Amino acid sequence: MSILEDGYFTLEEVLALPGCPSPEAMRGRRVAVVECGHELPCNPCETACKAGALTVGTPITNVPKIDAACCDGCGICMVDCPGLAIFILDLTRDDGRAELWLPYEFLPLPEMGEAVLLRDRAGSVVGEGQVTKVRQAKRFDRTAVVQVLVPEELAMTVRAIALRR
Amino acid sequence: MKQAEIVVIGAGPAGLSAAAAAAQAGAQVLVIDENAEPGGQLFKQIHKFFGASEHRAGQRGVDIGHELLEEVEGLGVEVVLDASVWGIYDGSTVAVASQEYSWRVKADRIVLATGATENGLSFRGWTLPGVMGAGCAQTMMNVHRVLPGQRVVMVGSGNVGLIVAYQLLQAGAEVVAVVDALPRVGGYPVHAAKIARAGVPIYTSYSVKEADGDECVEKVTIWRVDDRWQGVPGSEIELDADTVTLAVGLSPMAELAWVAGCRFLHIPELGGHVPVHSAYMETTVPGIYVAGDVSGVEEASCAMEEGRLAGLWAASAAGRLSVAAAVAAAAPHEASLARLRSGPFGAAARGGKLAMDGRRDEAWGQTLTRGGA
Repeated sequence: MSILEDGYFTLEEVLALPGCPSPEAMRGRRVAVVECGHELPCNPCETACKAGALTVGTPITNVPKIDAACCDGCGICMVDCPGLAIFILDLTRDDGRAELWLPYEFLPLPEMGEAVLLRDRAGSVVGEGQVTKVRQAKRFDRTAVVQVLVPEELAMTVRAIALRR
Repeated sequence: MKQAEIVVIGAGPAGLSAAAAAAQAGAQVLVIDENAEPGGQLFKQIHKFFGASEHRAGQRGVDIGHELLEEVEGLGVEVVLDASVWGIYDGSTVAVASQEYSWRVKADRIVLATGATENGLSFRGWTLPGVMGAGCAQTMMNVHRVLPGQRVVMVGSGNVGLIVAYQLLQAGAEVVAVVDALPRVGGYPVHAAKIARAGVPIYTSYSVKEADGDECVEKVTIWRVDDRWQGVPGSEIELDADTVTLAVGLSPMAELAWVAGCRFLHIPELGGHVPVHSAYMETTVPGIYVAGDVSGVEEASCAMEEGRLAGLWAASAAGRLSVAAAVAAAAPHEASLARLRSGPFGAAARGGKLAMDGRRDEAWGQTLTRGGA
């Protein structure tokens, strides 16, 4: 099965995307993971990135490519992506947990410190995490940024949260 | 009789863009729409649009709608609402029915921007309350603030189906399944990924077999379809659902082009019968232009660019803009359209418009059963 048949990428497919930093780059710094691979006519991520880490170029249907060495993990591309296909990953902690930033457009918003269910790309619950921060800003245009601590080994598996309430 | 240099029929993304472009060129523009509010479907589009950054990509449809409306109002365009255009005579007299009276307007140029209508799908139980178009569900949620149902089966995985499924989740409904008879997700994979990770199962190569219930939908049965589109007995899955939303395509709403005598071609990639039009968006009836879904079903971002082109060329034909100035003004919109239609997801529109160009002679030779000329 592939994303075209059941709607979601497998981990192997994500790792092969030009928008996915190498495992080494991911361990070195907080970075964006761009899960976009289908030649859509779209480029707001490129414009959003002031660090020049994301390239779409011409034609506009090019799949976004990341230069992880330039990415400072600021997350602006994540809130500007109309497809909600970008996630920020911080694997630099040393407590066995990773911090994941997710674009979130549901109400109610989770609260800081709240324990939430973690879902994978297929929507299956794979564990539990803790919300560290929920950010909203005019610049984000009503897409909230939810920061959640997840078990390190699930950092590339978890892509959504569900509230227990 | 009322007079207008350019009458635009339909105040959606295409119509408002046409009105803005024509008014900017100095034309006197009248926009007529049968709805109580302008904006067409734009104000229901609460998601961020795709496209190029310099053309409003990343902005939400509803905000683009407000901006367009402000632009049109600032240019002094007259917008008449709650008024249905029911006829076009001699290519220039527009017949309108308002709530309490009928009136006519003599137009030098006409832009048809009437949009599209949702396709239906018949299955056993399809007339039960709870079966509705995806656009209907979207109107209930995003305009009237009414949740159409608690447990929804979305039929169709094109962008409309995927986006409305996401909006149903945002509104608090549970989307039990998205089904599509095709073997592949039809819309942008990133839209599919958004609902998949929220826990919505997507069944490709599945169709609705039947909906059951005494007075409304209580259960929906889906089944796998084989490569000849036949349901496979034994593959049935019963879903506990109270709502079925249909997102199985759109057809151009082209009745006014028919009555005006425009020639048509049947181009499946563009949604069915479309009025043949030139690169200037002019139909085969001189002075009548088309833009947006009525000229071939595409995304709203394309409708806005086509609207700009139709408005520019109508204003130019009305003597408000030299051809050279119109060519220059049209160039960025043509470039933007080409970008929006590029890549695999633009192939249908790209191919459809090309097919129309290639079959232009056939359109001239056709025998019309409706309309004039």
